[in-house]
Amino acid sequence: MYFIKRLVLLPALLLLISFLAFLLVHVTPGGPFDRERQPASPEIERALQVKYHLDEPVLKQYLRYLGLVWEKDPHGRWRHSPASFNVSLKYRSHTVADIIAQALPVSLSLGLLGFGFALGVGLPVGYFTAVRRGRWEDYAGSLFAILAVCIPGLVLAPLLLMLFALKWRLLPVGLWTSPLHVILPVTALGLYFSGKIARLLREGMLNTMSAEFITTARAKGLSETAVLLKHAFRLGVLPVVSYSGPLLADLLTGSFVIETLFQIPGLGLHMVNSSLNSDYTLTVGLALLYAALLVVLNLLVDFAYALLDRRVRYE
Amino acid sequence: MSERNEGRKPKVENLAMQAPDGLDPGSRRSLLVARPSGAWSRFKRNRPAVLSVWLLAALLLLMVAWPATLRVAAFAGPNGAQFSQTYDPDHLSDEQFQPPGGRHWFGTDVHGRDLLSRVLCGAQISLLVGLVGAGVSLVLGVLWGAVAGYAGGRVDSFMMRFVDILYSLPSIIFVIVLITTLEGVLKKWLGGLAAPGLDRTVRLLFLFVGLGAVSWLTMARIVRGQVLSLRQRAFVEASRALGAGPAHILRRHIIPNILGVVIVYLTLTVPAIMLYESFLSYLGLGVQPPMASWGSLIAEGADQMNPIRIYWWLIAFPGGFLVTTLLALNFLGDGLRDAWDVRGGNG
Repeated sequence: MYFIKRLVLLPALLLLISFLAFLLVHVTPGGPFDRERQPASPEIERALQVKYHLDEPVLKQYLRYLGLVWEKDPHGRWRHSPASFNVSLKYRSHTVADIIAQALPVSLSLGLLGFGFALGVGLPVGYFTAVRRGRWEDYAGSLFAILAVCIPGLVLAPLLLMLFALKWRLLPVGLWTSPLHVILPVTALGLYFSGKIARLLREGMLNTMSAEFITTARAKGLSETAVLLKHAFRLGVLPVVSYSGPLLADLLTGSFVIETLFQIPGLGLHMVNSSLNSDYTLTVGLALLYAALLVVLNLLVDFAYALLDRRVRYE
Repeated sequence: MSERNEGRKPKVENLAMQAPDGLDPGSRRSLLVARPSGAWSRFKRNRPAVLSVWLLAALLLLMVAWPATLRVAAFAGPNGAQFSQTYDPDHLSDEQFQPPGGRHWFGTDVHGRDLLSRVLCGAQISLLVGLVGAGVSLVLGVLWGAVAGYAGGRVDSFMMRFVDILYSLPSIIFVIVLITTLEGVLKKWLGGLAAPGLDRTVRLLFLFVGLGAVSWLTMARIVRGQVLSLRQRAFVEASRALGAGPAHILRRHIIPNILGVVIVYLTLTVPAIMLYESFLSYLGLGVQPPMASWGSLIAEGADQMNPIRIYWWLIAFPGGFLVTTLLALNFLGDGLRDAWDVRGGNG
């Protein structure tokens, strides 16, 4: 019931987000045509403004964005004017849906691989540092995790590029075509999050391992592995689960630094450039995509929470 | 723990923001705070954290001493003047892309500027942005969270929904919009009279505001959760029953009790903001040249990447400083958290 209610609220939230984002991008100074060649005359510029309805009040523009405007045509009849949410103001031969459809698969694969990398490295490290607390494995793993959290992609990516691509020429410098192209960007993207996940898991595991039900489980004579995996890990992983929602939403909508450095045609570039270019519709479209992803992923997170921890009840 | 202490600084429950409401209140994630003296000795025993403090102090010293040396040397005869000119972070020369060596320890950049000097001067900007940005987020977050948590009811849910909505906007779009808007407003205001130096300072100010504005959300959530749980505790109710007003309760009971969490979270916000600053500088939205921050230095280095010659020092040195500082701040944050035994500051 709880989840249905939240799903029903999703469109309302998206509407609110779209309105907020629309307002935000419209109050920023400068318009979508500022960075283009100066039009031959003011009339041309005005014609462009009129064509894209940028001369109208913001509220009307917003209604038009949603396709809720009816206007009188020259014959005096009321006509529905088409919704403008799909018209990119910068790439005028493309629609917003087109642009997103081109870049999203790339960002999805990069983001998912990065997430996979983060889990694949972070979970084992977190698990073993917690289980072997206070021994050298713990120190080594924890050191790795904190180092990973402190090396931003901005530093790691150029260094990886210089070493593996430029100096030793083992891996390609950029682009997104073969499995070999995947290695460097995914490492640069995922390392930070693997450290974060390892730290969260270690913390969560240590918290659960001191709980009474763990002692009970041990007292019942369960094997140590069963205690750790079935009980401690199951609850200890909860912080990681709740962190995964926002993290995935971030990763899947692209990462600007990694995408520019490795020349990957993903969403991150559009995310930044559209707001720098005042490409209103594209910016709002991307904001909506992000918000929708975030809400759905958070819903999934809560769902996973309820599955993992039966004490959790939503109402 | 003495009895008097017990009454004044009680344990606080359930700091874990990630735990949904239904989570067992009796579970062990619910400890916290108490005697500062105990905390201090615990902190002193944490070697990485203490080392980090010294490291940060050394960095601060270097950061202040180096520009001062340059300034002083300029008056110390022709040799000194020569010295201060060679190592002036903004002085262009013909020695471009010198690898690290005896004359330029960290090498030189595309314009022949001494990299060591630029890294040390960049430290000022990076740390300043990190600290002030964290300060902005602290003030906003604590105020917002404390008011929401203390007011409760409708005010609370309205304020927290607002935070939720800001959360679901991509922060990069928010920052870009904020910085460009502020810039536009400023241009309208100042018109032509702006002095050239002023422009850069103001740009820095925007950076503070923008970075603070995107990073107060988590702080607000944490503080609100704390205040919410504190408000219902017996000692607060007792105080209220004795006739204490909200101001007194906030000052005497709420604020001392959230202080630990807030400080711990603050030390983790500074590195986050420094990271964000480097990202913005990479976009060209951060500090403007010839000013440098570690982020903009790394960005410049990344721009100079080519398959023929590898200028590794352009990335390695500013990057190394950035990573070391982040590391020290993180160790410090962890140390403080362990010393205070605060849970759930990771947001």
